[in-house]
Amino acid sequence: MSEVVLSVDALSTEFAVEAGVVRVVDKVSFELTAGATLGIVGESGCGKSVTALSIMGLLPKPAGRVVEGRVLLNGLDLLRLPKDALQQIRGRRISMIFQEPMTALNPVQPIGRQLIETLRLHGDVGDRRAARARGIELLAEVGIPAPDRRLDDYPHQLSGGMRQRVLIAIALACRPEVLIADEPTTALDVTIQAQILALIARLQRERGMAVIFITHDLGVIAETADRVVVMYAGRVVETAGVAALFANPLHPYTRGLIASMPQLQHVPKSRLPTIAGMVPALSALPQGCRFSNRCSHATTICAIEPPLERVDMAHGVACHHWREFGA
Amino acid sequence: MNVPLLEVRGLTKHFPVRGGVLLRRIGDVHAVDAVSFSVRRGETLGLVGESGCGKSTVGKTLLRLLEPSEGSIFFEGRDITHLGPAELRALRREMQIVFQDPFESLNARHSVGRILEEPFVIHRMGTAAERRRWVDELLERVGLSSDAAQRYPHEFSGGQRQRIGIARAIALRPKLIVCDEAVSALDVSIQSQVLNLLLDLQRDMNLALIFIAHDLAVVKHMSDSIAVMYLGQIVEYASAADIYSRPRHPYTRALLSAIPVPDPIDREVRRRTRIVLEGDVPSPIDPPSGCRFHPRCVHARPDCATRVPLLERAFEEAHPEVRVDAATRGAPDAFAAVACHYWQDINTSIP
Repeated sequence: MSEVVLSVDALSTEFAVEAGVVRVVDKVSFELTAGATLGIVGESGCGKSVTALSIMGLLPKPAGRVVEGRVLLNGLDLLRLPKDALQQIRGRRISMIFQEPMTALNPVQPIGRQLIETLRLHGDVGDRRAARARGIELLAEVGIPAPDRRLDDYPHQLSGGMRQRVLIAIALACRPEVLIADEPTTALDVTIQAQILALIARLQRERGMAVIFITHDLGVIAETADRVVVMYAGRVVETAGVAALFANPLHPYTRGLIASMPQLQHVPKSRLPTIAGMVPALSALPQGCRFSNRCSHATTICAIEPPLERVDMAHGVACHHWREFGA
Repeated sequence: MNVPLLEVRGLTKHFPVRGGVLLRRIGDVHAVDAVSFSVRRGETLGLVGESGCGKSTVGKTLLRLLEPSEGSIFFEGRDITHLGPAELRALRREMQIVFQDPFESLNARHSVGRILEEPFVIHRMGTAAERRRWVDELLERVGLSSDAAQRYPHEFSGGQRQRIGIARAIALRPKLIVCDEAVSALDVSIQSQVLNLLLDLQRDMNLALIFIAHDLAVVKHMSDSIAVMYLGQIVEYASAADIYSRPRHPYTRALLSAIPVPDPIDREVRRRTRIVLEGDVPSPIDPPSGCRFHPRCVHARPDCATRVPLLERAFEEAHPEVRVDAATRGAPDAFAAVACHYWQDINTSIP
């Protein structure tokens, strides 16, 4: 077994909203092994991004708050670190990239300055000239053509794909052990997405970095992840190795999600399987299994919260009825 | 030969680029350049391509929400390229459009009932009681309960809003609906519901659809024929089954190859064989000479930079000069056309 770099244990996060307090992430647990990619997949509002922000200590304050759980980065609990200590770890040992790099970049600063600032803040890069040289090196590493000239560009002068490359360069400047990528290719065209996925895979291989890849796209999951966590309405409903998840999905939500994707080999214009209804508001969740109100297999027992049961060493599912599915 | 419902010939849309202190015209964005295609009743044409390829501009120009710079649009054989405002209003009964977020184009302060009633009011149809009944029927048709009429747009989720947008589009029983990224913002479980709804409506109303989207798997699922666009031009135009099983243009091949496949088994093979295009799409203000794809094309030869490859109208029977692949001959309605000088060489060199 590979060593675990990041371990998330029963993480719960709540948000204060007008109607009171809602639990956006509920007892989420998973482990990330060195050099591997963990995919977190789910639809809008499933809590995947809030899970990432909770790990990074980047929840919007004061609305969001981690109420329980542990986040261990090589044994160090990030949730119990003082603010300045976490600041030191963020960017240096664990980094994050986002869907829209334009909002993560400062629009009124040249990208070179933002990149070099990160280097000087966290790393020991010496004087200004050395930092600039390192900045050029990093931009070249993420595949930006003519990096010495690009360093003085502003974010708006770059295309979406190039901005994401810059964000990756900044995130990886200090060679973190863990990269959290939150929908990093969702706003990009498919050919640019292919470039960015190939880039992340190359950098991961070269550096032995572990990656958490958060996406709504099962295709991207199948292309990138080693292990997968499927989330629904704030909870983990299924977790498995990527091959097992697609070959033998056991949770009705996972099964529905995979089936409802249009695929190239489908018969054109055929009716797609669907999942009935929609995700309920977090303030109006059904008792017990949160998927039960949309699930065609639901019975009375589903009013009791299903535990995440082990199917085998590597496959877990939170459904009372999983034995009825299986391949 | 039956007349196609919609036929587009040489459609071109340029937007002026202004600069300098006097804001003089210093160039043009070549958003759409000499695009031709046709759509038959009850059928779907998919328009695919990446940002800036001009697919949305084509959609808006068809409905005359944008004025075409050149070319002609025929609806049921009638030239609608230069219709005046009154005739355009009448045309809107026949042709509608659904956007990614329909509520950007609808009044958020009006109830859904009022929004859906509006097309009937504009066209002076029915009494108040009749219109209320029609609104109820529309809501039911798109899978919403009739109490939705009293509620307001912000009370609905993305999928429900799209259903309301579709209800409004079908209110006057049009013959053609342009769906401009209509499901792109929806989660996959909701997307499949809306796609099914569109397929049902198409079948029941014999609707023609122009389905514009960047998601190639979704477009393939919905379409009878597909036009792939790059920098304002159609580079390949073929029956849907044909284009996916035998893509001919190097850009189509790259586009298809880039789609993430929800099947992890063969991903190592896909990684090795994936065509990853270099660089970004060039600016449509100053598109590359010759074949617009040549700077990114691994198969490009020197003359690709100077000679413009043409895509003739593709229907085999109508235009025998178009290069139709022997393999697709015989299949009913199958056709294929490609705008590449060397597509035959490329296709024989790659398995």
